[in-house]
Order: sequence, then C-alpha cells, then structure tokens
Amino acid sequence: MRLASVLRVLWSHWTYRPLQFFALLIGLSLATGLWTGVQAINTEARSSYAEASSTIISNALDYLERKDGTPIKPETYLALQKSGWRTSPLLEGQVQFGDGRSVRVVGIDPITMPREMAALTQPVQGEADQDGSGGLVGFLVPPFTVFVSPGLADLKLNVANIGDVVVSENLPEGTLLTDISLAAQILNKPGEISRLVLAADQKRTRVNLSEVAPQLQRIANTSGADMARLTDSFHLNLTAFGLLAFAVGLFIVQGTINLAFEQRRAMCRTLRVTGTSMTVLTIALLLELLLIALVAGTIGVLLGYFIAALLLPDVAATLRGLYGARVSGELDFHVGWWLSGLAIAVAGTFLAAFWSLTKLIRMPILAASRPRAWARMSARSTLARLAASGICFALALVLYGWGSGLVVAFTIVGAVLIGAALLLPDAMALIISLFEKLAVRPVSQWFWADTRQQLPGLSLALMALMLALAANIGVSTMVGSFRLTFEGWLDQRLASELYVRAADEQQAQQLRTWLAAHPDVDAVLPIWSVETRIDGEPGQVFGVADHRTYRDQWPMLDRSATAWSDVAAGKAILINEQLARRKGLRVGDPVTIDEASRQYKLPVGGIYSDYGNPHAQAMIHVDLLTQLYPEVPRRRHAIRVDPSKAADLSRQISAEFGLGGRSLVDQALIKQRSVEVFERTFTVTQALNVLTLSVAGFAIFTSLLTQSAMRLPQLAPVWALGLTRRELAGLELLRGILLAGLTMIMALPLGLMLAWLLLAVVNVEAFGWRLPMFVFARDWLMLGVYGLIATALAAAIPARRFSKTEPAELVKVFAHER
Amino acid sequence: MNVRLIPAILMALMWMSQPVAAQGYGGLGTKAEGYDVPQRGTQLQFPRDHGAHPGYRIEWWYLTANLQGEDGRQYGVQWTLFRSALQPPQQAKRGATSDWHSTQLWMGHAAITTPDSHHVAESLARGAYGLAGVQAAPFKAWINDWEMSGDGGGGASKGVGNLALSASGTDFGYRLALSSDGPLIFHGDQGYSVKSASGQASYYYSQPFYQVQGQLELPSGSVSVTGNAWLDREWSSQPLSEDQQGWDWVSLSFDDGSKLMGFQLRQSDGNNFTSATWIQSDGQTTAYANNKLKMTEISRSNAAGREVPTRWRVELPERGVDVTVQALNKDAWMETSFPYWEGPVNIKGSHAGVGYLEMTGYQ
Repeated sequence: MRLASVLRVLWSHWTYRPLQFFALLIGLSLATGLWTGVQAINTEARSSYAEASSTIISNALDYLERKDGTPIKPETYLALQKSGWRTSPLLEGQVQFGDGRSVRVVGIDPITMPREMAALTQPVQGEADQDGSGGLVGFLVPPFTVFVSPGLADLKLNVANIGDVVVSENLPEGTLLTDISLAAQILNKPGEISRLVLAADQKRTRVNLSEVAPQLQRIANTSGADMARLTDSFHLNLTAFGLLAFAVGLFIVQGTINLAFEQRRAMCRTLRVTGTSMTVLTIALLLELLLIALVAGTIGVLLGYFIAALLLPDVAATLRGLYGARVSGELDFHVGWWLSGLAIAVAGTFLAAFWSLTKLIRMPILAASRPRAWARMSARSTLARLAASGICFALALVLYGWGSGLVVAFTIVGAVLIGAALLLPDAMALIISLFEKLAVRPVSQWFWADTRQQLPGLSLALMALMLALAANIGVSTMVGSFRLTFEGWLDQRLASELYVRAADEQQAQQLRTWLAAHPDVDAVLPIWSVETRIDGEPGQVFGVADHRTYRDQWPMLDRSATAWSDVAAGKAILINEQLARRKGLRVGDPVTIDEASRQYKLPVGGIYSDYGNPHAQAMIHVDLLTQLYPEVPRRRHAIRVDPSKAADLSRQISAEFGLGGRSLVDQALIKQRSVEVFERTFTVTQALNVLTLSVAGFAIFTSLLTQSAMRLPQLAPVWALGLTRRELAGLELLRGILLAGLTMIMALPLGLMLAWLLLAVVNVEAFGWRLPMFVFARDWLMLGVYGLIATALAAAIPARRFSKTEPAELVKVFAHER
Repeated sequence: MNVRLIPAILMALMWMSQPVAAQGYGGLGTKAEGYDVPQRGTQLQFPRDHGAHPGYRIEWWYLTANLQGEDGRQYGVQWTLFRSALQPPQQAKRGATSDWHSTQLWMGHAAITTPDSHHVAESLARGAYGLAGVQAAPFKAWINDWEMSGDGGGGASKGVGNLALSASGTDFGYRLALSSDGPLIFHGDQGYSVKSASGQASYYYSQPFYQVQGQLELPSGSVSVTGNAWLDREWSSQPLSEDQQGWDWVSLSFDDGSKLMGFQLRQSDGNNFTSATWIQSDGQTTAYANNKLKMTEISRSNAAGREVPTRWRVELPERGVDVTVQALNKDAWMETSFPYWEGPVNIKGSHAGVGYLEMTGYQ
C-alpha cells in the first residue's frame, strides 16, 4: 500500500478516539510549554542583566583606590602608567542641577577606558553621532556630548558648552556620564580621581603596586561576581524546574502513545497482512508522530511564551530586588525558543514512543491481534523495572560517593528521580495487596483486588503525579530553606542597627569620638579589612572587636569551644565556608595570611557561612589586624543602638557629618527589602508549582478516562451482583483519590530527598556553599490538599460518566464476552 | 613613507565604529580646515622639528628595525607614536574645562615579529598631565611607559643620532640602543612629500642609518639582537585625497649600503599614485615622482582573516632595481584600533637585503 493510504488508515484511529488524540496533544503541549516558558524566562533575564552588569560602572572590573578614601592625584595615575600599569581614571560625585535634581556625575577617560565598559556609552539606537568621527570628538571637545540615564532625559543642564544629551539605557538611573575633563569642571574637583579602573589584562612586567603607589589598594570586583553567582543559583532552580516539568509531561505522552499503539496492534497487523511493508508502516508511524510533535510543539512554544510573559514581571522584580540585576520585564520572542521548543517536543515524543514502536516492529506478522490488556504485565517486566530502579539508585550512590561537578550532581538528581518512579508501581501493588489481605467484606475485597488490577494502567500517570509532587516539595523546600537561611544569615550578619562609612580617615576619627560620647550608642564596632592572601588565595581579612554582638549572633558552621576568646586574644582566625571547603580546612588547622613582607600563621577557630561571596574571607581580632597592617583603612563602622533610637541617631549622624545614601545604612531597610524579594521568588515558585501539578492532574485524568471505557468488563459483573451504578461510581472516585493519596505519601520522602540533593549536593558543586534544610510540614499539607483536589477532579469526570452509563451497555458486556 | 597615514585621527573610530565613507583609509582624506597645511619650500628646523606640531592634525614618529639574534634568526621590531588633534589649537583653547582637557590624542603601537610569531601591543593616552608627548631637545617621545629618547648628541642627525628605545606588551618587550652617523634624509622636495595628483602633501624626513643592539623579551626568553633601524617622521593635516583607499609602503636596505623608500597610494579609479626616494650610502638622495616606481602584487596570503599581498615585485628602472620583496612572517597583522599589516621583509633579485613593508586599507 502507498504511504498516503497507510497514513490515512492510521489516522482513522484518532478520529474514533478524539479524546485520546487531544490528551496526547495537550500533554505534549503542556510539557513543551513549561519547558519553553522556563527557558524564556531564563534567557530573557540573563541577556538583560548581562548588559546591565556592564553598566554598573567600573564595578565589573577591579580598581584601585586610596586606602584613606581621599581622591587620587593625577601624578599617581601618571606614575602608575609609567610603571607599566594599564588603568583608566574615573571621577564621580553628586551634584545638583538647575531643576534641583541631585545627579551622580561620572567622568571617564574614553581613550583608556577598558573595553568592558564600552556599553556605557552605547546610545539609544538611531542617535549615533552625525559628525562621522564616531562620537569621540563630540565627547572630548565642546560642545560636549553627555550621556544620561533614561530618567534624566529631561534634565536641565545649566552648564556651558554642553551639546547633545544622549539617553543611554545602559546607565544606572540618576547618572550623567561625561568626559573626565568636563566632570572635573561640573563637580569642581580639578585634579582629582575617584578611582583607577584596571584593564582586565595587565602586563606581568609592571612594577609592584606597593612600590609605585603604596597609598593605593586594589579592590577586587567582588560585587559583580557575587551577583553572577546568586543569579546563577536562581536560574539553576528554574532550569531544574523546567526539566522536571518536561519529564512529568513526557509521562503523559508516553502513556497515551503506548495506549494508542496497543490499541492499533490489530490495525497494524491487518495492514501488514494486506501487503504493507514494514518499512512503509514504520515510516508512516514516524511521520504521524513527527506531525503530532510539531503541532503540539508549536502550541507548547506559544503556551510557554504566555507562561513566561505572565511570570516575567515577577521574575524581573525578584532579580532586581535581590541582586540589583536589571531585567527589562518585557519579553521578546526569540527564534531560538521555537527551535529548542520544537526540538524538545520531537525528541520527547520519539523518546516516549521508542518502546512502543520497537515492540510493534518486532511483532510477528500473524501474531494474535487481540489487544494485550495493560494489566497483563508479566512478572518479567516487574523484575526488569526493579532491576532498572536498582541500577539508578546504585548509580546515584556511586556518583555521590566518588563523583564531583555540577553535571554529576544533576545526574544524581535524575537517577534518584527515575529510580523512585520505577519503584512506584510495585511498591504500590505491595501496599494494596496488604490492604487486600486485611479486607474482610466481599465488596472491599473486590475493591482492593480491582485496584491492584487497575494499577498497571495507571502507573505511568501516578509516576507523573509522584514526580510532580516530589518536584513541588523539593523546590519549595529548597526555596524556603534558602529564604530562612538567608534571612537568618542577614539577621546575624546585620546584627548592628546602623552601618556607617566615613568619607575619609579624618572624618572616621571624628565620628568615632562623636559616637563614643553619644548617650544612646551602646557600641561602635569597626569593620576594617585588607585585601591579602589567605592560605595562598586572594581574599579579605576583617578585624573584629571582642563584643557580644559577634559571640551571640555570628553564623558559625563549626567552631571550637573557645573560638571567640581565642580570636579576642589574637590566637585564632575565623574563615568562611568557601575557603574551608576549597582548602579542606577544619577547626584547629593552621592558616597563613600574608603580611607586607612575611606570613602570619594562626589556627582556625571557627568556620562561618558567607553566602553569595565566592572569595576567601577571614576574621581576626581588630588589634591584631592593625598590628599586622598598620595602613588598614578605618572608615567603616557598625553601631549598636537601641533599635527604637536607630532612626533618630541616623538623622543626627547625617546632619552632623553629611553622610547619607550608601554611607549610612539602616539594617531594617535591608532586611525589609530582602523579605520583599523572597515574597516575589515565592510567587514565581508557586506559579510553577501549580502548573506542574496541573500537568500531573491532567495525566491522571487522561489515564482514568482512557481506562474507563476498558473497565466496563470489570465493573459489569459487580453491577450485576447488585451494586448500583452510583455506588460503583463512588468507589471509582474513592479509588482515584486513594491512589493519589498513596502516591503523595511516597512522593514526600522523594521530595525531601530531592530538596536535600539540591541544597547539599547541587548547591555545593555550583556555588561552594551548602544550605541547611528546613522542612515546612504545613506546605506539604496544602500541597496534599491541592493534589487530592486535582485527582478528585480528574477522577470525577470518568466516574460521573460511568454513573450515567446505560444499563444496556453494561449488559452488552456479557453478550460480548469471549 | 611613509604616508604612514595611520590615522590617529580615527582613533575616534575605535569607539563606535562607523563606516568610513568616501574619505580614504581612516578618514585621512578629511578636510584640513583650521589646521596648518604643509607648504612647499619650507626649510625644516632642527632640533625643533623633531618635536610635536600640534597645529597639524596628524603626526608620527615611526621606527622599524631589522634585527638578528646571535644564532642568525631574523626579527623585526616596530615602535610607533601617533599624535592626532581633534581640534585646531586655537579652537581647543577656548573649550578648556580642566587640566584633563586635551584635544591631542596619542596612540602607541609596538611589535616584535619573528619568523613564526607576531606580538603586538597598543598604548593610548590623552595629551594631559604628561601622559604622552614629544619634546624636541633633548629629544624624547613617550606614551605611558614606552619611550624613545635621545642623549642630545648624534651630530648629523641633529639630536636623534643616539636613541634609547623601549616598549612592552602583555607577552613581549624590548630595550634597544640605536646610533647613527648618517645625515637626516628628506623626501620629496626637501621634505615636502606629495601624496596625490591633486596636491595633498606632508612633511616627511627619515633617519635610515641606525645601527642597533639590544635585548628582546619573548615568551620563550630573552634574545640579544643586532641590526639596523629606520626612523620616519611625518606630519600633515590632510595627507590623502578623498579617493585614496590605502597604501603599500616599503623601506628597503640593500646589502651594498644603498636604500629605497617607496610607496603607492591606491586610488578607487585604479590610477595608483607612487613616489620613491633613492638613498645612497653616503646619504645623497634622489626623489622620484609619480609613476617612476612600480609595485606589483605577486601573491596574497591570509593574515587574521584578510587576504593581504605579502609578496611584491618592486621596480625602479632608473636605478636598475627589480626585486622581490617577501614577508618574513605573513601573519604580521597589527590588530590595533586601526588594523593594518606591518612587518619585516627579505629582498631578492637585482639587489638583496632586508626591509619593512606596510599595507593599509585591506579589509
């Protein structure tokens, strides 16, 4: 037979079973949609702040500043350049223009500006220069071109010699960017440099900084890296979610395809017998699958786009609040999504259809065409499943014991999930047969026996439900743990009520004296640090005072009993978790820190958690710090004060010393902001949870629906024995809910396992720190209720349909009985 | 040349690259309004004219050296300082804002070429706070940590007879001592060098007689070298006509002591403009106007993704010169703000020797 005719014959199956067809289509679309949606959010957020990160002026690069915080002189810049350093001067300051707005003026030298900063001066499209010289001339000579952030587009500049004012999306809000020569004039800071930005590649032959400019210190670009790390962690979560959602979706697809293939065995046999070659039949089946995959994939991509569009504003807000990363909150439609969405739909479909297809191809041409009931699972396949599950768990164990790296971590997660899913049907059968043994009354005996009989047909849907629930529990637990840990950590880290940074050493001295005399102030704690090498790694060493603030609050993972006293005596050092993990350091191990000329050795007194910081960090007593590094800048302090008086003190400091903005921070504000941020993260997580659960609910629904028709032969005899259709329908509903309930109970340990893997394995591999796990039993309860509702809804429709079945239909069962 | 019209002016381009329309390579065909323009018959004054000429738009100090290691291995070294004015000085003064203000931009290029590697570095600075500049006496040209300085002596060279030269990049560096007894060489009409049929010109003189010794720092280690070097000085305000797209330039030192400087400016209509100076070993010169010199491509090779002619036939029939010029390393591409090809060459044919080849405007 010709291919077209074969295709038509195959297609007729779907016209008889439109519901099955739509189940397949919707299942695949949902799976693709979730995947695409998560991808869309990820790529959009990434590309937005990849651009944005270069706009956080010079923070993307290391820079030099004076240890005492005063401006750098041009002579120092000259000396550095002549010693082989590649630096670019940057001058910044705050100024009020004619309309009263306070603007941050940033002056750069475009000639030496490192390439990484080029995006700063990228104007809005279509506003490129007209002089043909590429804009540099306009930037350097009057009338000067200046760049402003979008919010300053209407700024009235009462400055002579200003030419074009170009709006640049890449500038942080409230910023005016201009050549350093004009900035010096506007800010009235002639001969001053705020900092020297370091080009990424420096010559090896350059003279040491301590010889050329001992008054300068190198500030590592930690903020940019921190942000990248934290946002990576966020995206990792989303990606894990996307994959899980897709896996759940595939279970539906496989279930439906499997069923369709089983039901078409007779049709295929007839086709073969009437002369269709195996090749033509296989091609026809593949074409059919491809077509379905493409259609469903297209719907899925569109669906994903809408999911993303709905969620993105929240994601954008989350990232902006949490990490200061700018995400536009708008979604472009990328061609890549189409391709990857369609690709994954097609790949998933073929993956799901693989076994069914090979079985069909291997089918002997004259084999019995009777549909093999799903229930007729042989003991062999049970054994095979158990073996496969065992292999998965063994693989996970082996990898956990001996593997390392992010890919390995994710493989472990995958292996555990698949292993658990494979175990589900048999575990379920075991439990049900236990109930069966306990049952006394005939109806309940029948109920359990029938449930066990029905189990294989539902097992795929139940696996999907279990994975969805486990993913829910796992990801919620992770996000929740992250929130608790992070907030707790913030509480500990920001134990003091106020944080203040003096403009220079002199002001810092005045501030200390002033605060010491202030009646409301309980304590002034120094936050002084130097950049040096800790155990060979570049990192920061902080000096801490001996104060109960630290003893009571500082987040320690491990410590000796006398840690704080030892630190106070200058006999111990505290290090952060990242350094300890990288170097395999434990409490008691010696650690060296580099002084100007020699190395100083101290035993580790404790290890503290330090989320979001990829670099090494350590703390020693402040007296030891000043003794080892007499030059250490002493401008930052934490102030302990009665919380109710903090705001008042903040105002007084502001009035007395003219400090504000970033120089004077109220911890309550930071905490409030971080809480808001996590609320938004939760919104996103919950939305994804509901979607995943809906997909699983749909899987159950389609399975029950497709089975309901086949179940008449099982139900008809019981009906004939006297149970009403209503009673039977009720039992059907109960069965659905019971199976879902059992699945949930089994999903719980799996979800916790998943959460633990994400927190303790994936996080460590990805970011170098481990998060403690907190369990949220109330959330599980809520999830359980949602899950039961979803299953009840899924089971209600087939049950209702059964209750409406004409008695004649039921009688027919006996007439047709073979 | 060199017309070495490496257009510092177009440093501008490095910022936001714009298509250079019909204004020649690097915008060097741009009009010279407000700037000084070279005048025929001007007598150059030394040491004054070794220094910078801010009234002209562009200017360079360009040194190339053909060197040999103790094992006979060949090396090429380049040290270049470009000055570019964004505005004529009178106008620039009126717009002064602070000490950072400068309309003079400086760009340095340094390179070492070996038979199998090419190391390039670029150094940039504005003309403020002494970051870069050139003073005539005692002679000193510098940008950041790179320097070419004279000791004030050097007889016939009037201040640039003895030079100390240094530069370094992330993966190389060099320190060379140069000395010359020969006189300064003036191209064209006593240093007035015509660049096109429509009359664009520059001031152009050279010191091609340096003997060199020094040290190269390469990733593989230090190398002691000796050889000879050639200094070019040129300044102008509009050295290219608008229809000239680039140039090919050679400085050739023949084994018999004679030297040849030659260039051709490639025009969009195919009528290339050529110019040459024949230099005898005693420093006597003969200038050859358009069409006397003939430069013909023999073969191209791929350098950093561009097809560049790295093998040339150079003919100056009036001097019986018919030579093949072959790059020591075809990959001598200068991946700088304004990319071009610059590298040492070996000469065969009617005359033998070594030299330098520069090519611009190849996309």
